[in-house]
Amino acid sequence: MREDKVPQDNSPTYDGHKKLMYATDKEGHYTGVQSSGWEVESFATSMAVEDLELLTLEAKKAVEVGELSPLAYHMHKHRFDIPNLAQVSGFFQWQVKRHLKPKIFSQLSQRKLDIYCDVFALSMLQLINIEES
Amino acid sequence: MNHIENNFVHRQSSHCESGVVANMLSNQGRLSMSEPMAFGLASALTFAYLPFIKINGLPLIAYRMPPKSIIKGVAKKLSMTVHSQKFSSPEKGMQALDKELEKGHAVGLQTSVYWLPYFPEDMRFHFNAHNLVVYGKNEQGDYLISDPVFEDVVTCPADDLKRARFAKGALAPKGLMYVLEDNGHQVELNALIYKSIRKTAKMMNGLPIPGVSFFGIKGIHYLAKQIVKLEYKPMKYTRLYLGNIVRMQEEIGTGGAGFRFMFASFLDEASVLTGDNRLYELSQLTTEIGDKWREFAMQAVLFCKKRQDISLHTIAETLQECAKMEKQLQTSLLSLSALK
Repeated sequence: MREDKVPQDNSPTYDGHKKLMYATDKEGHYTGVQSSGWEVESFATSMAVEDLELLTLEAKKAVEVGELSPLAYHMHKHRFDIPNLAQVSGFFQWQVKRHLKPKIFSQLSQRKLDIYCDVFALSMLQLINIEES
Repeated sequence: MNHIENNFVHRQSSHCESGVVANMLSNQGRLSMSEPMAFGLASALTFAYLPFIKINGLPLIAYRMPPKSIIKGVAKKLSMTVHSQKFSSPEKGMQALDKELEKGHAVGLQTSVYWLPYFPEDMRFHFNAHNLVVYGKNEQGDYLISDPVFEDVVTCPADDLKRARFAKGALAPKGLMYVLEDNGHQVELNALIYKSIRKTAKMMNGLPIPGVSFFGIKGIHYLAKQIVKLEYKPMKYTRLYLGNIVRMQEEIGTGGAGFRFMFASFLDEASVLTGDNRLYELSQLTTEIGDKWREFAMQAVLFCKKRQDISLHTIAETLQECAKMEKQLQTSLLSLSALK
């Protein structure tokens, strides 16, 4: 890629930052060039972020009508899914799945709730609720 | 709290690991090293498509060797020692970091991007192998950080850094902290350049095991086939699948085109150092390959935007062209090192 072809698309996903790219100068030699974003890349990033936001929103609604426990909301909000939440918390996936049920979640021991508090960096009050503090 | 600020010159890089190594070396003062040179010497360029490792339900795609291989690779080539430590308790890990800072060192850390507050919100995912350098601590107890992918130095509160260092899950850093010790060995850089190019070229073909087609050029062809098969998947999955490839190739800090431009830059620099003009020609070929990968990324995104003129076949064909061109590069790289 030529230096003057390095995209400068001011991508919102960069949040005002610039990344370093490698491109060729007029003599055909490589040099580092800052880029404020590439629309193609930022579209891909936004797609992933929007998907996670949608999952969070759906989880929030499901918690409100009592279909899922607040854990579902916090899981998606913190960009986890069941496999990696299991890895991070040390629970098995089937345990995490159980904890997504409101009835099971409301009966969890203090010790287990503490683990989730630690994973999400939340207080107990924040963990058992879904409203933003 | 005392203010500690060890001398460390920050230089922005494309990628965290190669950036940390190059900056650490350059700050030692004996061997100044560019990021592409560190990347090239570590033979870090590759391609891997690992459908059985799922991240948020999508297969893992990598354009470089696994985390830590750049640091280890460069240290090995230059006969330097990496002193690394992991910790069972976060408190001990933070104390050890403070101690190193008091000794006047700039320390490399492995961290999780998700817990670093200075990252843009959209880039904060659970990726546990992000490298950065801590070079001091201010009166408020915040750490002074040279994060190679940022334009300038940043600061990070101690609690957040602790969390980032001790995040759990895949590639958990376990507080990994490292310093690079220069043993003062004189190295013949030109010979090392050819040696590392040869290693890269050998790896480009993938593993020589029948049935294992996840790496190198074979891996690229395999991914192309998978893309054609997406036709039978729901559109939502297809979009996320293609988006994931583009992100691994561009978003995560590769210098563009999944490290292909960085490798081209390495070849360019190598040609100046060795006076070997063939390396410059191959740098140009690698640039063309990088441009092709960028075209692939663009087509993939256009498809996601439901542009009629782009089909999954178009995308797969472009990817196959990438594979063909990489084959050509591999052959040239191999014949080049054979003469040495």
